[in-house]
Amino acid sequence: MCVVCGCSEAGQTGAVVESLAHSHEPGHSHEHEHEHEHEHEHEHEHEPAHAHVHVDPRHGDLHFGAGAARVSVPGMSQARAIRLETDILGENNRIARHNRHHFGAHGVTALNLVSSPGSGKTTLLCATIEALKRRAPGWSVSVIEGDQQTSFDADRIRATGAPAIQINTGKGCHLDAPMVAEAFSRLHDHHHDHHRHDARSLLFIENVGNLVCPAVWDLGEDAKVAILSVTEGEDKPLKYPDMFAASTLMLLNKIDLLPHVTFDVARCIEAARRVNPAIEVIQLSATTGEGMEAWLHWLEQRMSPPAQSPAADPAIQQRIADLEAALAEARRAAAAVGFVPAQHGER
Amino acid sequence: MHEASLAGGILKLVEDSARREGFARVTLLRLEAGQLAGVEPRALRFALEAIVPGTCLQGAQFTIDEPAGQAWCMPCSAAVVIEQRGNPCPQCGGYQLQPTGGTELRVVDMLVEDE
Repeated sequence: MCVVCGCSEAGQTGAVVESLAHSHEPGHSHEHEHEHEHEHEHEHEHEPAHAHVHVDPRHGDLHFGAGAARVSVPGMSQARAIRLETDILGENNRIARHNRHHFGAHGVTALNLVSSPGSGKTTLLCATIEALKRRAPGWSVSVIEGDQQTSFDADRIRATGAPAIQINTGKGCHLDAPMVAEAFSRLHDHHHDHHRHDARSLLFIENVGNLVCPAVWDLGEDAKVAILSVTEGEDKPLKYPDMFAASTLMLLNKIDLLPHVTFDVARCIEAARRVNPAIEVIQLSATTGEGMEAWLHWLEQRMSPPAQSPAADPAIQQRIADLEAALAEARRAAAAVGFVPAQHGER
Repeated sequence: MHEASLAGGILKLVEDSARREGFARVTLLRLEAGQLAGVEPRALRFALEAIVPGTCLQGAQFTIDEPAGQAWCMPCSAAVVIEQRGNPCPQCGGYQLQPTGGTELRVVDMLVEDE
């Protein structure tokens, strides 16, 4: 077999006889037809710069595009270039878009809660669920809990009566869209009432405690909510800018401890606005209940309309998906000429 | 840390492409990780080198381009270059910036061999 183009013409003639091996001159064309003119088999030793050319046995015509690369490049024979231009997070983002449509179709408002470990996410969630039971008994609230290990957090949520699914990421430092899709389908199987599509529901996704990695993974949420407690540093938004840039709301938690710690609230908010001029800020304490009213009001404003609205119509969903695809295409075209409009809510 | 997950995603993209295009080995893989993409190129390179043995990426050379961060400054009404989120506008010193470029995270192209 020809070692350059892999064609089988030489191979068809049988065993290779070492002693008859010969070298082509540099630039010499490899003529397969000579196989048939000689009585003996021989092995070719091609120069590295050998032009990858296929010769028509009948007329001697040369075809330089017959190899795998379909193009001849001087000095390059086997190698070919493949242009992928593919988003590394494309697969995650595809599933995140699917989650987003799925949530929307079920009237679910999904919030991705991100913070450092120990900011009080789970305590805040328990307090929020208890408060919503009194304030909005008709809402269904469910929780997806992300941690590396244990189901402690999901157990705490279940104790409030709200359905919760724990995701253990093992060595992973973040949740991704497929994990959330899987967890949501289980929550859905166990707890979703198919006849209550007009019910409004909230899905809290408590991400792994980490202010770095979860910023990069879209889960299909309606918004990211960053939780920062006053026992942490007020300059954290500047230290972890990607997370605060990706968040819609910053909850400043544990404000009941402000008299006991050195924490400049104004400076913290200024730092958050430096990385994200549009970020909303609510100060609260899950323990004393101070500021909870503002947070519950924010949730109310954020809730999706009931699933019976026109937006739940499959034809309209399809139309939205088509328009989103067209918009993405337009953004790529805009990027090609140098200006990219702001991309909201997608990465 | 999340660079390990990204490296896994890159390997999957390349292996999918290998099945589609029918190549055996990658000799050069060119990636783009914008300065505002939230990715540390050194960590990404380390993670890639850790997972490629035994795959079609074994022995491949990796190049990671880092397009500069770009933002639209609202007070200046101008496109400016910023090194990271949270940095001020180099013209007016303000922070009313909307990142517009340098958030790319993608596989650009690769050189492959068939045997």
